[in-house]
Amino acid sequence: MAGVSSDTIRSEVSKLKGELPDSIIRELQGSLLRVGKERAIMREQLEEIIKNARQAYTNAMVEPGEAVGTVAAQSIGEPGTQMTLRTFHYAGVAELNVTLGLPRIIEIIDARKTPSAPLMTIFLKEKFGKSKEKAREFAQKIELTTVEDVALQTETDLINIMFVITLNRSRLQRRGLTPTKVASSIKDTFKIDVGVDGYKLRMKPSTATLSELRRLATKVRILPLHGIKGITRVVVKMEKDEYVVYTEGSNLAEVLAMPEVDRARTMTNNIREIGEVLGIEAARNSIINEAVKTLEEQGLEVDLRHMMLAADMMTTSGEVRQVGRHGISGEKASVLARASFEITTKHLVDACVHGERDRLNGIIENVIAGQPIPLGTGSVELVMRREREGGSK
Amino acid sequence: MPEELNIGRHVLVPKHEILPKGKVDELLERYKISPHQLPLIMSSDPAAKEIGAKPGDVLKITRDSQTAGEAVFYRHVVKG
Repeated sequence: MAGVSSDTIRSEVSKLKGELPDSIIRELQGSLLRVGKERAIMREQLEEIIKNARQAYTNAMVEPGEAVGTVAAQSIGEPGTQMTLRTFHYAGVAELNVTLGLPRIIEIIDARKTPSAPLMTIFLKEKFGKSKEKAREFAQKIELTTVEDVALQTETDLINIMFVITLNRSRLQRRGLTPTKVASSIKDTFKIDVGVDGYKLRMKPSTATLSELRRLATKVRILPLHGIKGITRVVVKMEKDEYVVYTEGSNLAEVLAMPEVDRARTMTNNIREIGEVLGIEAARNSIINEAVKTLEEQGLEVDLRHMMLAADMMTTSGEVRQVGRHGISGEKASVLARASFEITTKHLVDACVHGERDRLNGIIENVIAGQPIPLGTGSVELVMRREREGGSK
Repeated sequence: MPEELNIGRHVLVPKHEILPKGKVDELLERYKISPHQLPLIMSSDPAAKEIGAKPGDVLKITRDSQTAGEAVFYRHVVKG
């Protein structure tokens, strides 16, 4: 007896669309087609398989009333106890400073404004990414160079009220600068005369006082000559078949605006910055990616769904919020729930002042009150309408 | 920014589209909710701006999901 054709398998499996997720449908169809090639699948067998697949999927679904948040918190928290507490690590030969382990997870969950080690991964367009020289050239272009970076020494001449910079020849050459170029950019920013004498630059503040001289000195030292604001170190690395530029410091908006950059893949580890430049959905993806990367790097396996839930909660308001008391936990509807988390007295006093009411709808409030919690089977209430009160028979 | 940035092309940005009015009602009816109960997105959000979403619209976001292959998500556009 001949089995069903592959077309029948396809059409039968695709009937599940909408009911089962695409990935499962694809997997089921793939395995059925593979098996169907080796031996015949009977019509009844096919129906049975599909029925079982549907049943297995339904069984695996989270039940209504399940405390997914608590499960997620515990599932991320437990492996957290096994992570390194050491903050820094120099990764690879290039010695880039990256935050790892627990400190990084805390950083992600707290949605810090800037991570303690901002890092960018810049992919280049094919033209630039294939050639080492072009990648190097680009790296030079974006690395922030200040006057101090190219100076051999700087001194404040207190007698003549003058600021003297001695430039380092090789450092200038490496960055394609000349003493005159440095002098002119100082001239343009501070509107003062700069005397060039070989590799020595001399300048006087607009008013000849000591305090003015000191102010000028500090400002000139950190004057950016070229490069992108925030990017302090640049490393070029060969990865697979292209050169990738890694930077310490991050400035996504300006880097993406550069013509050499591959705008589809370039990334930063600063989640807030991603939120600002690429939007809230990109930030959500980035939270998941960064967290999973950190956990995996530590050899810990946490189901992706827990991180997805956390990321979804952090982004529901349209902007990235932290999980802690200034974010998700601080916005719970119940006073008692908020008070039991952090800064108890403040919440209780505020609630009294505003005459807040607690409906005891949540879990924590009901634990405090010593009542059954509305969770799992406790989340359903039974209402009975008796016949004599007008209920149906 | 000096050059026009097409952020929709970035790997981190899923597909955003404005849900037509009829579909919005259908969605709200299916979950028996009002629009403000949906997750939010700011009208100033780069991805929302790119497709010209106005406050009050509902966006359909088709995410690539590692667990489900493709997952559909909705966000209500608010002023911000």
